[in-house]
Formats: sequence, C-alpha cells, structure tokens
Amino acid sequence: MNIENTEKAWEPKILAFLCNWCSYAGADLAGISRMQYPPNIRVVRVPCSGRINPYFILKALQKGWDGVLVSGCHPGDCHYISGNLVARRRFAVLKDLLEYLGIEPERVNFSWISAAEGEKFVEVVKNVVEKIKAIGPAERLVKR
Amino acid sequence: MNAIENSIREIAKQLLCEKKVESIIGYEQGRIPLRSTPCFVDRVEDVQRLVWNATCDINLAKYLTGRKGKTAIIAKGCDARSIAVLLNEKQIAREKVFIIGVPCTGIVDRKKVEEKLEGKEIFDAAVESETIILRGEGYQSTLPKKDLLCNSCVTCKYKNPPVCDVFVGTKTLESTEVDEFSQILPIESESAEKRWEHFKEELGNCLRCYACRNVCPLCYCKVCFVDQTTPEWFGRTNELSDTMIYHLVRAFHLAGRCVNCGACSRACPMNIDLSELMKKIEKIVKERFNHEAGISAEKTPPLGEFKMNDPQEFIK
Repeated sequence: MNIENTEKAWEPKILAFLCNWCSYAGADLAGISRMQYPPNIRVVRVPCSGRINPYFILKALQKGWDGVLVSGCHPGDCHYISGNLVARRRFAVLKDLLEYLGIEPERVNFSWISAAEGEKFVEVVKNVVEKIKAIGPAERLVKR
Repeated sequence: MNAIENSIREIAKQLLCEKKVESIIGYEQGRIPLRSTPCFVDRVEDVQRLVWNATCDINLAKYLTGRKGKTAIIAKGCDARSIAVLLNEKQIAREKVFIIGVPCTGIVDRKKVEEKLEGKEIFDAAVESETIILRGEGYQSTLPKKDLLCNSCVTCKYKNPPVCDVFVGTKTLESTEVDEFSQILPIESESAEKRWEHFKEELGNCLRCYACRNVCPLCYCKVCFVDQTTPEWFGRTNELSDTMIYHLVRAFHLAGRCVNCGACSRACPMNIDLSELMKKIEKIVKERFNHEAGISAEKTPPLGEFKMNDPQEFIK
C-alpha cells in the first residue's frame, strides 16, 4: 500500500452546531437509522440555537473551517420556548452582514431540523457539503 | 453669535439658577479653527462659553453615562437619538437627563475641507449658515457648506431631535428626496468578489487604535470583546482577518442601535469611512425588522425581541 503517493481530493471540513433537543437528536436518528451522509461535518452540541454566539461562527471561519452549519428546533418547538426565535434575528443580521462584506454566502448555513427529521438532516448535510465543494476551500477571513 | 447660541445660553443660565440641573454638557470653541470641544458647565458665569455651529461634531451622548447628578445636554438630531437608545437600554435614567434639542443643518467634515484646501493651513475660519469662510497665509476662500458636510449628514433623515425636553430655534426642514441608503447602493450592486476587495482595501488600513469604538456613545461595554482575554476570542493584531472581524462584530453589536451620527468615521485617523458598514447595518435592521434606532425613548432593541413571523428565507 502506497499511502504517500495517493493524492487525496480536497474534502471540506464543516463545523455543525446542533441544538441538544432537536437537531442533535435528528442527527442521532439519522445515525441509528443507518442513513448515509457525507462525513465532512464535525458536530458541536449546544443546549439551544440561542446559545450560539456569532463569535462561534466567526471564530470557525477564522480558524479555517470551510463552512459552518447551524441548526435548531423549528420556530415554536424550542425547548426554552423562544431561544431559537431570538437567535433567528441574530443570525439574519450576521448572515446579511457577512454577505455584504463579500464572504461567500454558502459558507454559513442555517436550518431547522426536528428530532424526527433524520432524513432532513441527511438532506441538509448533503446539500451543504455539495455547495461548499463547489466554491472550494475557505480563504477570506482565514487567519494565516 | 447666532440666535440659537443665545437661546442655549439663556436656557443653560435658567437651569443652573433654578438648580434644575447640576451641570450642562455642551460645546465650546476649540483652540484650532473649525474645531469645537466638549464643554462642561456647572457655574452660571461659564454659560458664555457655550457655542453652537456647524463644527459641533462630537456626539455628546458619550459623556452622559455614569454621571451622578442631573445633567442637561445639548443634542442635535443624531445625539438625541443616541440618548434615546441609551434610555431604551436603561443606561441612563430619564429623570437624570434634560435634553436641550437643537436643529441641525449638517456638520462640517474637516477632512473634506482639508482636501479642498490641498494642504494649506487654516488660520481662521468662520462658519455662516450657507458658507464657510477660511483664511490662511495668502488666501481667503469662501466655500459652500453643502459640499463639505459629513457623509452621514448628507443622507440624514432626523436633523431635528425626535426626543427632547426643550427645543431651541426653528425646526430644520427634513429632506425627503434623499435616499438614506444611497451611499451603500454602489457597493451592494457589486459582486461578492469586488465587495471583498473593496473592504479588504478599506479596512486593511485599520491601525486598531479603537478610536471608532471609544468615540461611539453606544459602545459602553465595560470590557470590549477585543480586550477580553478569558477567553480571547479574536486576536488584537492588524492582520486582515482580525481587523475584518473586529469591524464586523462592532457593526453587529450596533445592529438596531447605531443612529449613524458618523462619529466613528470622523474619529478615524486613517480616513476609513465606517459609515459604509454602519449604513448597511441600519438597512438590514430596517428591512428585516422595520426598526429605526433612537426615534422614541420607549422601544425595545430589535435584537432583544422577536416576532413569530420574522423573515427566515435564509433558514432551510
């Protein structure tokens, strides 16, 4: 086996922030149902999408992650009643601002995935990985 | 001396004599031409120092937080809006502040004046209602004021204070023809690539002196996120990534709060026009949440509340 000579194709690394009550359970459902999805995501479990500080997203982009996926409960389903609704406003502003500065909008992704939506989780991850593969590795905002 | 200046002094005198306030924050003539400087008056004989003209650019709301006694403050449109945001955010108590509202016709941007004079030194300047007369060695020039206004004043929609206790003079006619976001339209219409190049060039000049933050009346955090060390979120270098993130997060923190007074742009020693960022944040908040900062003293900040039907087209 000649490991050194195999040229590996670039694979994006995507950081996923999943809320404990919905999206993380949704990802778990995808796992226990043996659904296949690209192995490009690394999951950080957070108590609520409201816990996600914009710093987390920016820090990930600065550290060289090729993309970020943020996912929480559907509006109205938040375990803490309104955490995701407050977060939604924050994300909207952050998303628009990043786009204005010229960061590729594909890099930062948001979704609502419930604990029963294993299939949706697979779809979302596939979609995000595909989008990020199309635009290539992160460069802007990465700290050298 | 103009009529507004006269009335300001009258009111200031009355407030101090009747002991309604402990001090008055206003402007006085600066030591160099076209400069005014903040003035804190607590004795009746000092009210003569107070001035009001188109060089009174400093947003005095900055000095209002943390004062003990009741304070009167001279506020033009944007200053009064900053004060309203501070009131909304419970940084100052309404009964501790007395707002003397003044009508504003725009503030002179010294950088634009310097550009016009091509580096010639100004010995003496007189600001009239429509023109500015500048004198220096071997020259005297009269320039129209409307060409020298700050960018934020050109598109200003609130020249008269929306919140005040007493209003001095006659209200300035608010312009309705100017698109308040006209400044950022050319940037928005560019491709993401071009926008990135543009901001790379603009913000790449940043020295991280934090003048923009220090001058901002709404940047009142005890520890700013860039000074924080436990954890240290972002580096303090002037490497592009760190600088970009500093400006991005600063703009983000001002979402729904920034009143576009233009103090940050005026304070910048590198002539970075930060209003390009601030106008955008104002636009985002207005379009998404239909909120304008500082137009009433009782309004929840938009990022502190939510609606069930907030737009969420970006969430899959």
